[in-house]
Amino acid sequence: MMRRPVVDVSRLPTYDFGAASPMWWGTLAFIALEATGFALAIGAYFYLAVQAPHWPIAAPAPDLAPGTAVLIILLASIVPNHMIDFWARQQDLSKVRVGMIVMTIVGILPLIVRIWEFPALRISWDQNAYGSIVWFLLGLHTSHLLTDVGDTIVLAVLMFTQKGTAGRRLSDVSDNAFYWDFVVVSWAVLYLVIYWTPRM
Amino acid sequence: MSGIPRKTAELKQHGGLNGLRDTGLDEAELLACLARTWQTSKGLYGWLATVDHKLIGRRYVVTAFLFLVLAGLSALAIRFQLAAPEAGRISPDLYNQLFTMHGTTMMFLFAVPVMEAFAVYLVPLMIGTRNVAFPRLNAFSYWIYVSGGLMIWVAFALNTGADAGWFSYVPLAGPDYGIGKRPDFWAQMVTYTEVSALAVAVEIIATVFKLRTPGMTLDRIPLYVWSVLVTAFVILFAMPAVMISSTMLILDRLVGTKFFDPAAGGDALLWQHLFWFFGHPEVYIIFIPATGFVSAILPTFVRRPVFGYLGIVLSLIAIGFLSFGLWVHHMFATGLPQLGESFFTASSMMIAIPSGVQIFCWIATIWGGKPIFATPLLFVLGFIFTFVIGGLTGVMVASVPLDLQVHDTYFVVAHFHYVLVGGAVFPLLGAVYYWFPKVTGRMLSERLGHWNFWLVFLGFNLTFFPMHILGLQGMPRRVYTYPLDSGWGGANLFISLSSLVLFAGFALFFLNMLLSLRNGRVAGENPWDASTLEWATTSPPQSYDFAHLPVVTHREPLWADPDTFPVVEGLRVDAREVLGGTVADAVPQLRVPSADNSIWPLLSAIAVGGTFLASIYTPWAVVWGAIPVSIGFICWFWPKGEPEDEE
Repeated sequence: MMRRPVVDVSRLPTYDFGAASPMWWGTLAFIALEATGFALAIGAYFYLAVQAPHWPIAAPAPDLAPGTAVLIILLASIVPNHMIDFWARQQDLSKVRVGMIVMTIVGILPLIVRIWEFPALRISWDQNAYGSIVWFLLGLHTSHLLTDVGDTIVLAVLMFTQKGTAGRRLSDVSDNAFYWDFVVVSWAVLYLVIYWTPRM
Repeated sequence: MSGIPRKTAELKQHGGLNGLRDTGLDEAELLACLARTWQTSKGLYGWLATVDHKLIGRRYVVTAFLFLVLAGLSALAIRFQLAAPEAGRISPDLYNQLFTMHGTTMMFLFAVPVMEAFAVYLVPLMIGTRNVAFPRLNAFSYWIYVSGGLMIWVAFALNTGADAGWFSYVPLAGPDYGIGKRPDFWAQMVTYTEVSALAVAVEIIATVFKLRTPGMTLDRIPLYVWSVLVTAFVILFAMPAVMISSTMLILDRLVGTKFFDPAAGGDALLWQHLFWFFGHPEVYIIFIPATGFVSAILPTFVRRPVFGYLGIVLSLIAIGFLSFGLWVHHMFATGLPQLGESFFTASSMMIAIPSGVQIFCWIATIWGGKPIFATPLLFVLGFIFTFVIGGLTGVMVASVPLDLQVHDTYFVVAHFHYVLVGGAVFPLLGAVYYWFPKVTGRMLSERLGHWNFWLVFLGFNLTFFPMHILGLQGMPRRVYTYPLDSGWGGANLFISLSSLVLFAGFALFFLNMLLSLRNGRVAGENPWDASTLEWATTSPPQSYDFAHLPVVTHREPLWADPDTFPVVEGLRVDAREVLGGTVADAVPQLRVPSADNSIWPLLSAIAVGGTFLASIYTPWAVVWGAIPVSIGFICWFWPKGEPEDEE
């Protein structure tokens, strides 16, 4: 069989941002499957709520303060998060370095507040099905927060090493910022479910 | 000036290209460079660290078939017990474990993984690239899968086998009635296999979207690849449901949550909703790739392109969507509101429409072609016959009054075996005969293949058809024995004897593979004169799949122009590189670095698997396990001076 070269790809770059990058699609797929998990857990919450004669079952509505604080921090984090995405796409390493430190701090803050958030639910996980599902929702989101903060810390450290200067790593920073948006948006929805459904 | 712009500027200034490219290399030099770059080193370490999609796909297939043997042997044990009324050959307790392990293994450890295994092996070859998008994730998924399977079978060997059925209903599997740790092992096995399936789904989506070779626009993607793409999406949206529910189950059992406890506001039906929201699409996760096998095999053996390409693609997508609207038909006997039942009856019947479109397209393809009755085609014809019967009984049980009559009887057992074995295993066996030459370089024996087909086809129908009648006569499923005066003894003995014929058919299948590996006729690149890209490279393919990435100008590239082959040039050969393109038109965008071999996916899988296992016994395992898991992942992702980082 004769082989005839018809496409020359030698000048193509080795990385890009957003939908051009396979990793972005991988991140999107993970977001989709995790969002499905959240949606189903929220579905379970409402399923149990519809079955129960009173909701919440044998408990006061959760204390608003810590959850609202987490929401405010997360919403505020959108600004530095998008700035870091912009700088990454501009390939401005020094600004990305600063941004990664900011995002590490912004990521750790809600985790600290969350220490008070679990008691603020004002029910234990083993008391009844209401307690189980609110702990479950909060736990699910906390595991996402922990994962992305861990990822952010590793990337932040990487940015200060020689290996961080490779352009591909900035594409990773951009994808990490994309995932953080998901963590924020998912909390906005869960916050409404956990804190405001019992008040309706 | 920061590092990257400086490097880019230098590159522009010198007008040079990084690394050694395939352009201008003579053939021998090119092959040597590619072999060096893409090789899996010899020895145990190389075997454990490889990220070659073909090696991983192959071991996935072998492992899945080993689980098939285990599940098949448990079925034989079940038939041994049921061959006579009031038999005491197997205790009720062991019987419960056996049918649970049979169903669990077939669904979670054989059917889904074997379909993914074929995708992992074939997709990169069929779309003309050199590896999947995330090769290390692929390796990780295999190790997680195999550890989950080993775990539940070791537990079974220690008399801790799951015993509440493959769908593990509460309260039977809950804290009040689930014996010892049996349901916990089942629940964690689900976690392992779903993590692994989701990982493969993600990589298949990214691979098909981004790594298709130039010219492979959406309407030139081989139908098999379309089928696994749709399946990957179904996995993505279905499997989280069973992960959520099995986590809730294990939490109810381990830390006293009350999700499924009606006394504390929980609900047992919540389990059924969540399980079947996964469980029904699961059937299609197994069936859709099997239809892809059919669409790949048929054109080759009737010597013409498939009829109604667009219709089949749209049917695949429609089946994918509709598969999420059927789950409640598994719950008709739970006393749901009638309106809900009517809706799910309608949607269950609706899925027969796209399935029917596919069947008619295949019949039209055969009609317009010149069939060559080789073993793969025999299995496809056997599939069409058997699956239509399974589909028809499916339409029957979609109707609520009939479903209530035959619920939990052998009629249902017959129905789903017709759908799953007829609909998925027959095409799978055909696929093994079809692609065996590509994978091993040798043909399977056609003579044994014909024997294999007829034994399996007849054995299957003789075993499962009488179950329809037994079910209509009222024999419930999952009973370890039945009374002498029920009158079911004769049919059961007939079924048990027929299952030996089916068993003999499978034994012949494995024997054929073993014999042909050594003595089979040597296959060339394209022994069937097929049309898709996997047949445009050596059999078995080299580690780099293609010496030159092909460029596609036609839906059947190897039939369009068999003499000349347009190819890509300009890729690096001193570092692993594949080509990334646009999603719709596959216009080249990037030279994507492809991950090299690494031991860290295995070590990470050990850390993750160990954490899952320990969490059966203590919730603190999740906390302590996070440490080795984090170390594993960080070492996996931390760059180690790869050549492509210079760019």
